[in-house]
Amino acid sequence: MSGNADSPAGMPNVPAGSGQEPRPVLEVRNLVTEFATRRGVFRAVDDVTLSLYPGRTLCVVGESGSGKSVTARSILQIVDPPGRVASGQVLLHRHLTARGRGAENTVDLVSLDPRSSAIRAIRGRDVAMIFQEPMSSLSPVHRIGDQVGEVIRLHEHVSKREARDRTIELLRKVEIPRPEVAIDRYPFEYSGGMRQRAVIAMALACNPAVLIADEPTTALDVTIQAEILALIRQLQRDSDMAVMFITHDMGVVAEIADDIAVMRFGKMVERGDVFSIFEKPQHDYTRHLLNAVRELDRPSERRLAMRAKASPGAPILVMSDMRKEFPFSTGFLGLKHDSIVAVEDASLALKAGENLGIVGESGSGKTTLGRCLQRVHPVTSGRILYTDRHGKTIDLAPLTDNQLKEPWRDIRMVFQDPFSSLNPRMTVGQIIGEPLLVNGSLSGAGLRARVAELLGLVGLPASAAERYPHAFSGGQRQRISIARAIAPDPRIIIADEASSALDVSLRTQILDLMLDLQERLDLSFIFISHDIAVIRYFCDRIAVMHRGRIVETGDTETVCSNPQHAYTQSLLSAVPVADPRRRGMTHRFRYREP
Amino acid sequence: MSVVADPHIDPNADPRAIAGEDSASQWRLIWGSFRRHRLAMTGAVVVIAFYLVALFTEFLAPFDPDAPSSRDVYHPPQMIHLFDTNADGSWAFRPHVNGMKLSRDRFTLKTTFSPDPDKKIYLTLFGDGTPYKMWGLIPMEKRLIAAVTPGERFYLLGADRLGRDMLSRIIAGTRVSMSIGLAGVAVSLLLGLVLGGVSGYYGGWVDTGVQRLIELKLSLPTIPIWLGLSAALPQDWAPLTRYFAITLILSLVGWTELARVVRGRFLALRTEDFVVAARLDGGSKARVIFRHMMPSMVSHIIASVSLAIPVMIIAETSLSFLGLGLLPPTISWGVLLKEAQNVRSIAQAPWLFAPGIAVCAAVLALNFLGDGLRDAADPYAQEGR
Amino acid sequence: MLITYIIRRILWSVPFLFVVSLIAFALIQAPPGDYLTTFAATLAQSGDVVDQERLELLRERYGLDQPFIVQYWKWISGVLVGDFGISFEWQQPVSNLIWERMALSVTLATSTLLFTWAVAFPIGVYSAVKKYTLGDYVITAVGFIGLAMPSFLVALVLMYIAVVFFGTDVSGLFSEEFEKAPWSLAKIGDLLSHLWLPVVILGLGSTASLTRIMRANLLDELHKPYVTTARAKGLSELRLILKYPVRMALNPFVSTLGWAFPQLISGAVITAFVLSLPTSGPLLLQALLAQDMYLAGAFILLLCCLSVVGMLVSDILLAVIDPRIRYR
Repeated sequence: MSGNADSPAGMPNVPAGSGQEPRPVLEVRNLVTEFATRRGVFRAVDDVTLSLYPGRTLCVVGESGSGKSVTARSILQIVDPPGRVASGQVLLHRHLTARGRGAENTVDLVSLDPRSSAIRAIRGRDVAMIFQEPMSSLSPVHRIGDQVGEVIRLHEHVSKREARDRTIELLRKVEIPRPEVAIDRYPFEYSGGMRQRAVIAMALACNPAVLIADEPTTALDVTIQAEILALIRQLQRDSDMAVMFITHDMGVVAEIADDIAVMRFGKMVERGDVFSIFEKPQHDYTRHLLNAVRELDRPSERRLAMRAKASPGAPILVMSDMRKEFPFSTGFLGLKHDSIVAVEDASLALKAGENLGIVGESGSGKTTLGRCLQRVHPVTSGRILYTDRHGKTIDLAPLTDNQLKEPWRDIRMVFQDPFSSLNPRMTVGQIIGEPLLVNGSLSGAGLRARVAELLGLVGLPASAAERYPHAFSGGQRQRISIARAIAPDPRIIIADEASSALDVSLRTQILDLMLDLQERLDLSFIFISHDIAVIRYFCDRIAVMHRGRIVETGDTETVCSNPQHAYTQSLLSAVPVADPRRRGMTHRFRYREP
Repeated sequence: MSVVADPHIDPNADPRAIAGEDSASQWRLIWGSFRRHRLAMTGAVVVIAFYLVALFTEFLAPFDPDAPSSRDVYHPPQMIHLFDTNADGSWAFRPHVNGMKLSRDRFTLKTTFSPDPDKKIYLTLFGDGTPYKMWGLIPMEKRLIAAVTPGERFYLLGADRLGRDMLSRIIAGTRVSMSIGLAGVAVSLLLGLVLGGVSGYYGGWVDTGVQRLIELKLSLPTIPIWLGLSAALPQDWAPLTRYFAITLILSLVGWTELARVVRGRFLALRTEDFVVAARLDGGSKARVIFRHMMPSMVSHIIASVSLAIPVMIIAETSLSFLGLGLLPPTISWGVLLKEAQNVRSIAQAPWLFAPGIAVCAAVLALNFLGDGLRDAADPYAQEGR
Repeated sequence: MLITYIIRRILWSVPFLFVVSLIAFALIQAPPGDYLTTFAATLAQSGDVVDQERLELLRERYGLDQPFIVQYWKWISGVLVGDFGISFEWQQPVSNLIWERMALSVTLATSTLLFTWAVAFPIGVYSAVKKYTLGDYVITAVGFIGLAMPSFLVALVLMYIAVVFFGTDVSGLFSEEFEKAPWSLAKIGDLLSHLWLPVVILGLGSTASLTRIMRANLLDELHKPYVTTARAKGLSELRLILKYPVRMALNPFVSTLGWAFPQLISGAVITAFVLSLPTSGPLLLQALLAQDMYLAGAFILLLCCLSVVGMLVSDILLAVIDPRIRYR
């Protein structure tokens, strides 16, 4: 607990002389939620206290496992078993909601039976909730209109006709195009952003006094995230809702928060209004979190120093007019064959000793591009020219797996998912030693020594070799993955979203580790990411991808400060900045396909 | 994680985390979660017992299963009494069964057995019985249970219409029925592995073809086809030839499920990052398949196999029961149940059902075992993501 | 879209039916020697004079001295117009023998399927929702036994109980007075009063497995995010479970029609034999044992076709209840 724990969370800055003390509509007091597991009781939420005020947004920030989601679910008592609210209070002051009739009417939600009709009357009506996964939080076999309209019909006695009209109105309000038609569509016919809009419509159906949004934009691209955030903000302004917004992204927090509560390991470590937290953080963890974010989004000092010493050399991996199509069969009886173009005639060059970033949103073809570069996928046309350490240039495009063995020793990959990229059935030593064992360069004691050396290089103890991957955390696993990549003494590493699955405080550690290895081992990186901030920190040059095409390339700083292509401009303007005084999203560009 | 010595490695270690089994291999994890599954453990013990019986058939059976006794037609089961009263009224540990006396109704000519108070047949463990050859090789005389007086017959589970000992026959049937399940599954596993593996690894047209084949197979009613196939077998084949033919017919039907499992795992694994990584490490195709993919499949395959065996056992029993599977003199549970086909004989001798109990027990135990194995097969599934 | 899907699916089943007919014919051909030899032997056994001319005529009719494909063609072109060949054992056209029995088989299989669904659905839902309660354990235990007992054993045990304790015979589908009687309302009533026992016996195994499937599917669905979403709306637990996860778990349930139906038809052969029901099973068995292959082949073909149709119906139903399939 930090020093200011005595004052209620997010006490708003009341303009002097307004005369009226703002009163919270929902108060959480000393909430404790526990999960009974076979190995003991796990406290997911430990003594959390916070308040929500009408018209204000409270951001609950924390990294994965901090208990922020469980806190949100505990409020409505919808924690999945074996989770259980053990103690504390959740006070809803109904008399302060829009529906309140003035008379004092306070309900303690914790005291209600989770299955009782009393709490059901509050869910969706007074307190509504939005969830993280727009893909799975709607039932796939019910029409959108049915799922949205259900809330209205559940809480208010209206006719089918009326409910339908109001649903169309709601869909229009959340900016779903052609709501009269969209209401009869199924979720799978919607894009991710549209689904999240539908979910928001569902939450707003009964004009709730409190909206709880649990990472509602995490699964979305930044441009869509910007739209959804703007939508939530505007809706809040219209209806004077209290919003509890759960996120791990400090940029998003800076963008929309009025008040902030920081959680770690189930406990609330600090709370206050947005400016005091961002400018005068009290708790070490908050400072750590903010530093991690601020470190990113500008060039790494370390990298700049390295480049000042030695500037990048000649191109070693050149891709020219590379095209990748995925064929599929369509039509009656599947006899017609067609193909989607994943990468369209892309050209790119990586110089020795530089870091090249490829940035793009989901579906832009950046991952496919990376995998084609390494020839994991066969390419449809174009050339991939690799110049090896003896100066010989070969075209990778037409080679078979057998012929690729040699180049694959020089060009290695680090994967996005630290869980699925390590075989759970092999020890860490076996995983790291595999490339060396396979090419016959080392075995026995020599191999063990080399594995220990590699582990040391990535900052893990040698004893890790004996253990299995499941004994390690995400960040440690990514280190193992890097150790495997550098094992055969490569020259190029293609890192596909290598830091995306990690919490922000671990991201810089991994990036710094890679810079460190670059210096020691003379590596060049191709770094694929959707996250501009990370790219800016790590990459010398950047290529922006959109719909399978490279729309812009150039020095990272030049592109970031002075983007030329309209798409790059819209992408950059959509990225939230971790500074509440520079809220920029409202001035953002929207990119429309020419 | 408390084990990591270097504190700077993970400054974010959650103080609430509960330390797990760190250096346990997949088999230890599987065993760990299997052991907690009580039903599955029971199943495993019973299955092992059944296979032991199948292994030591000759020693465990009290008599030669084919030896008839015209005086003991439909002889009812006898209870084992552990203690015997001596002449002076005291008790002594002398296991025995009470003898039965055959009497014929004077008018209806119906034969009935009634207890014979004067006759006791004393039993002993590891006594000498009729000589036999263990596994058809080693001549032996010892049997697990034998009458103290050589030549005396007793029927713990009754006798059939030729006066043959049911217990001995069921034990003999265990060998055939349990082994045909195993053999049938072995053949289907081979088919399933090859077809499923080829289908999953190559994809495309091969995959479509195999998929259609599986669909076709699933849409056909199995028993009529089995019946048709086995009806086509010549009746005069030697028992062993017929045994193999029936095994083949059973496995022709059983391979689909295994092929489906193998194909599904293959498809899922093929795109898994760690398999791509293995490819990029420069491993050959064979190494990628056998060193990296196989270990993730073996546990699933074992689970499916243990669920496929009971299907085979039921299939064999059904075929033989209908007279189209194994034929006497081969003894299997199905062949024995054929004796219980008509209501009149079972009304007279309900113990003819006993092989059915054996079938149920074996199938049940295998199902429990398979269920537990399936649940334990992927010890990494529940892990936090 | 649904219509195109259905048409496409129906067209798909044509090659299936073709392969099925090939299999059936291959089975007819499988026994050693051609069946005219068998036929002649049967005739000779029964003391009839073997009429060489008639044999020649039959040989000609079925193309017996010609290659497999020609014989198949002659047979299948007959089948398509309702001529399944003749039964050597019964000395009459196969088509005279099969239809009434097939009709009863279809009745039995369909009623069993309906019974199975009606029982397995609510029990499966209950078992999943009340996971790890006494009721769930009892259901699971009974289910395991239902899975482990082959249906013919259940039939035997029930018959034994009926004979020994109640002195009645539960075999057959009709009372004596109706057995040979022409079809009438009363006969149908009599059929229904006898049908339930074979239905229960036959349905036991598939009910058990379907219950387990329903339970497993529902358990998978119960913790999906859309359930939490619905709960956050304020739906009552019962309505919520019935509207969302149960609806989703229904998909695999409907698709069981595809595989459970063939299994029921399969199992019915043996159970019908034990209970001496006048369905296709016992006659098929008799025909197989006597190597009366045209009769057996006709049954095998029709039973297979029946399952293929079941598969078709299940796929169409699935498309009806799941929009994702028909829009694909």
